[in-house]
Amino acid sequence: MSDTTPDVIRIASGQGFWGDDLDAPVRQVEGGPIDYLMLDYLAEVTMSIMQKQRDRDPGAGYARDFVELMERIFPACVEKGIRVVTNAGGVNPEGCATALVEAGRRSGVAGRARVGRVEGDDILDRLGALIAEGHALTNMETGEPLEAVLDQVRSANVYIGAEPIVEALAQGADVIVTGRSTDTALTYAPMMHAFGWTRDDHDRVATGVVAGHINECGAQSTGGNCLIDWWSAPDMANVGFPIIEANPDGTFVVTKHPGSGGRVTRETLAEQILYEMGDPSEYITPDVVADFTTIQVEEVGADRVKVSGVRGGPRTDFLKVSIAYSGGWKATGTLTYVWPDAAAKARAAARILRERLDRLGLEFDAVRIELVGWDSTHGPLVGEPPADLPEVQLRVGVRGQDRAAVERFTREIAPLVLTGPPSVTGFAGGRPRVQEIMAYWPALIRREAVEPHLTVHVEEV
Amino acid sequence: MTDAHAATDAAAAHAAGTVRIPLVHLAHARSGDKGDTANVGLIAYDPAHFDLLREAVTAEAVKAHFGEMVRGEVERFELPNLRALNFLLHGALDGGGTISLMNDAQGKVFSTALLRMEIEVPAAVAEAVAGQGRVPEGWSHEAYR
Repeated sequence: MSDTTPDVIRIASGQGFWGDDLDAPVRQVEGGPIDYLMLDYLAEVTMSIMQKQRDRDPGAGYARDFVELMERIFPACVEKGIRVVTNAGGVNPEGCATALVEAGRRSGVAGRARVGRVEGDDILDRLGALIAEGHALTNMETGEPLEAVLDQVRSANVYIGAEPIVEALAQGADVIVTGRSTDTALTYAPMMHAFGWTRDDHDRVATGVVAGHINECGAQSTGGNCLIDWWSAPDMANVGFPIIEANPDGTFVVTKHPGSGGRVTRETLAEQILYEMGDPSEYITPDVVADFTTIQVEEVGADRVKVSGVRGGPRTDFLKVSIAYSGGWKATGTLTYVWPDAAAKARAAARILRERLDRLGLEFDAVRIELVGWDSTHGPLVGEPPADLPEVQLRVGVRGQDRAAVERFTREIAPLVLTGPPSVTGFAGGRPRVQEIMAYWPALIRREAVEPHLTVHVEEV
Repeated sequence: MTDAHAATDAAAAHAAGTVRIPLVHLAHARSGDKGDTANVGLIAYDPAHFDLLREAVTAEAVKAHFGEMVRGEVERFELPNLRALNFLLHGALDGGGTISLMNDAQGKVFSTALLRMEIEVPAAVAEAVAGQGRVPEGWSHEAYR
């Protein structure tokens, strides 16, 4: 640790997914002091959507929202010394960085800011060679080798850790754009950089992972989607996104800007900590394995919760790969049936529809029938619907490998309106859309097959 | 459970000074997904009730509660520091992700389905937690500010 090590750094969360509150990052920049802004844009399915966009336009394949956002906040970030870390680069970090440099110039920060980009997580073009070298990329759930679906693969990205981001920060980048960095790395990379931690500081980096998990879903840790006493969460229209006040000793406080809505309590954090949790004693990241059962949380003030005691262990020899492959076609159609005997009408309609699909000789891998407003989420736990249910939405979904069959299904919904049970409405939306299924293939790969390919570029705006 | 069994259970519970209540009054919860697996984190409102949850909400009991909704195994992990249990419900999401045809394809509200599960608690506990976890009586959305 050098003499210049800060006592505290503030890492604000500004985006929990691609499509989150567009103004949240602006509120984070303007609402009070922060040192870093992290923006998470990626989910499992996002990479394949971005790859599809890039197939159509070689310059696309990243979160364009992010570039538009930076055009608004770039000058404020430069004036306040706020550095931005994001995985908005998707499957095209270079395209994103190029657009960002142009946006920076338009916003008037030319000569005053540097843009960094991290590349090398994308292994789509190397899959054949990697398999030939003996990397089977076996599906972690089914045990199948990737070879089986290789010609259907649409995107393949390795979850990479904080080290390339730390390198870009060390080279003076003010905004860092990555591809498939882990969501948590966007928060703990600034901690490693500012406090001089290395991946061998297991407990401290593990603390950073917990901070990252709290930041990565935005307002979901500050009252949004929080079940606990949800009716009393204040001023949710102006919800504050989380801010991590990190200390060099491996503790941090979660808070939000004064005057913003929502709340930060032990309970709102507990809900977020458990979100998408597997085995809590082994939260595996590219840099460290964190033990979430060691987390101590303590309310230390209004909207201030301290997190301490987090333990971690050394990283594994493997990195996780997120592969998306085309897994067929699907469509979902809906109709609304109304009192009296709404559910009985909806079920009768479903039976007629199934019989017609059978007569047409259409084959599907799966057909699913749900009643929205009754059993679509709690299933058989809710028992039989009452005859006096005011209304219910019939929701029928099919999937299969034959696109034409799924297409034909979408033409069988509307006819039910005049050829099936009565008291039906809600079909103004037209025919259901046929969607390509992007199936997810989780796999592991040895580090040495990826790490030498990771690169960091920093350029002047 | 048949009505006869339910009646016998109710009689036994009454004799022991216990009653059956849904988890919604004892815990809050959040869920998410990983592929075809949904996770549910169950968090005791009152630290004093964490042991009740730990004893009664076992992996087997959760598997039985969900029945055909969870095709695979149920795993349970404990996080006593957060007075929480984490459940992994394997094979719950019709393939998960974009394969799934479910309305709740990402298991976002599986948490609330677990809160329907009933466990046996001392009558005094049931009385103390009555109404907890539900919108207070007389509350109106006008008060949402």
